[in-house]
Amino acid sequence: MQQVNEWLFIGIFFAISWALPAAPILIGGVLGPKRANRLKRETYECGIETVGDAWVQFKVQYYLYAIVFLIFDVEAVFLFPWAAAYNQLGLYAFFEMLIFVGLLGVALLYAWRKGALEWT
Amino acid sequence: MIEALVNLGWNPHIATFVALLLGVVACASFGLIWFTVIGLWLVRKVAARVQDRMGPNRVGPFGLFQVFADLGKMITKEDITPQGADKPIFNIAPLLAIAAVVLIWAVMPFAKTLIGADLSVGALYFISVASLGTLGVLLAGWSSNNKYALIGALRAVAALVSYEVPMVISILVPVLLAGTMSMNGIVEAQHIFYIFAVPLSAFVFFTSNLGETGRAPFDVIEAESELVAGYNIEYTGIKFGMFQAAEFVHSFTSCALMAVLFVGGWRGPGAELPGLAGALFGFIYFFSKSMVIYMLLLWIGNTVPRLRIDQMMAFNWKFLVPLQLVNLLAVAFVAKILQPNYEAVRATAESGSTLGNIYRVFGPEFIADLPRAIALLIVNVIILGGVGLMIRNSIRKERASVEANRAARPPYLGRRTPVEQPAVGD
Repeated sequence: MQQVNEWLFIGIFFAISWALPAAPILIGGVLGPKRANRLKRETYECGIETVGDAWVQFKVQYYLYAIVFLIFDVEAVFLFPWAAAYNQLGLYAFFEMLIFVGLLGVALLYAWRKGALEWT
Repeated sequence: MIEALVNLGWNPHIATFVALLLGVVACASFGLIWFTVIGLWLVRKVAARVQDRMGPNRVGPFGLFQVFADLGKMITKEDITPQGADKPIFNIAPLLAIAAVVLIWAVMPFAKTLIGADLSVGALYFISVASLGTLGVLLAGWSSNNKYALIGALRAVAALVSYEVPMVISILVPVLLAGTMSMNGIVEAQHIFYIFAVPLSAFVFFTSNLGETGRAPFDVIEAESELVAGYNIEYTGIKFGMFQAAEFVHSFTSCALMAVLFVGGWRGPGAELPGLAGALFGFIYFFSKSMVIYMLLLWIGNTVPRLRIDQMMAFNWKFLVPLQLVNLLAVAFVAKILQPNYEAVRATAESGSTLGNIYRVFGPEFIADLPRAIALLIVNVIILGGVGLMIRNSIRKERASVEANRAARPPYLGRRTPVEQPAVGD
């Protein structure tokens, strides 16, 4: 029951945390003036007319950062249960995780040397 | 409270629901509203005083009602949606930014008995929820139908996502030392505050939170929004206000988290008392600790210059991540060797010898933790020294190479080859 109560709390919290910012936005929608104007709705580009489509081709660097982040985030997710149970395990737990983190450290070193971590 | 409502004859399920609802509103409103009121004023005053000026002092005593004035201004502005923008996503993005920050307050331990939801996976929950804010930034930039907003959003997301990695790995250290992921559990296990045992992890956590919330010196995200090409240029009025509020409350939330994870949350003399007194003491300690860390954040933010984005990323991937991985392994090793032996120390404390009396004065858990904490501190200092030496060597090498370059090529003082002067009188 305690666990259900806690997750129910999180569920209600989720709903309220959407309602909390929605309220000022709705109030702003009511209070604000509504003088729509063709010029106001144009896309901003430092005051000149926009050129080209809004969807640009972006650098491959962003993709590489995302991949490296994914690797380390998944590694961290695997490390969390290990860290929580660490005090009850023997010394072998340390060596297992040494190998795991070592492998990922080698991956970081590889990415570093290959230039995946450079900005452009 | 549930019991009180049930005794009034309500259905127990409805009573539970209503009690939870009130608790939720209390937590969320504390996180968002109260702090915005006090904290925004604090930010502007501190920044002003650091810059040798007064700060807001017109609206209300000492300018305290400046927040309400700003809020009123933003709410009465017109809400303009650019043409071609993706309307549903355009409207959801500011909500997501705030929701991500407010959801963290569900697991924040205000006092021993004052916590929203003491999840057994509190640390993991907080990490996953904080990442939603990054999604909000990306959606804002994408749905604005503006290529500069998109580019700004991508840069911001690259930076935010990169700084999550050392933050997550540095949270592993308190989880490891406490043996539980639950926030209240981590606070209860801190007989010695972890900032004294593992200051390096605390430093990495603090710095990656500076990067995560976009505070100086990792200001590029904020600077991009101040300059033209930021992810929220197409937002007007209160929606823009929501983004600013989200970033601002996130910075306080990260300070509160640092207080909980490293400086011992609500721990302090008198916080263990049952009932209202314990809750009050705990809340005061929690709030004052997070405020002290927040002042530290403001101090750093107003003092150091901004890093360029490539410097920021290099700092993260080439310094913080390897450092934190090495730190994690070192902490794991020491923690396994010097695991605190609570039973033996408690037995000595009960026994009544002089050593036992000393143990009882300090508290047996504190004494049991002491050897591990001291060893961790020594290991952290060693790592820090090693890192400092490496940095110093690399700086020396770089300076030597620059000097060598300068010596090899004389400075340009004019034309390299003499000009052929026409003979006079030709």
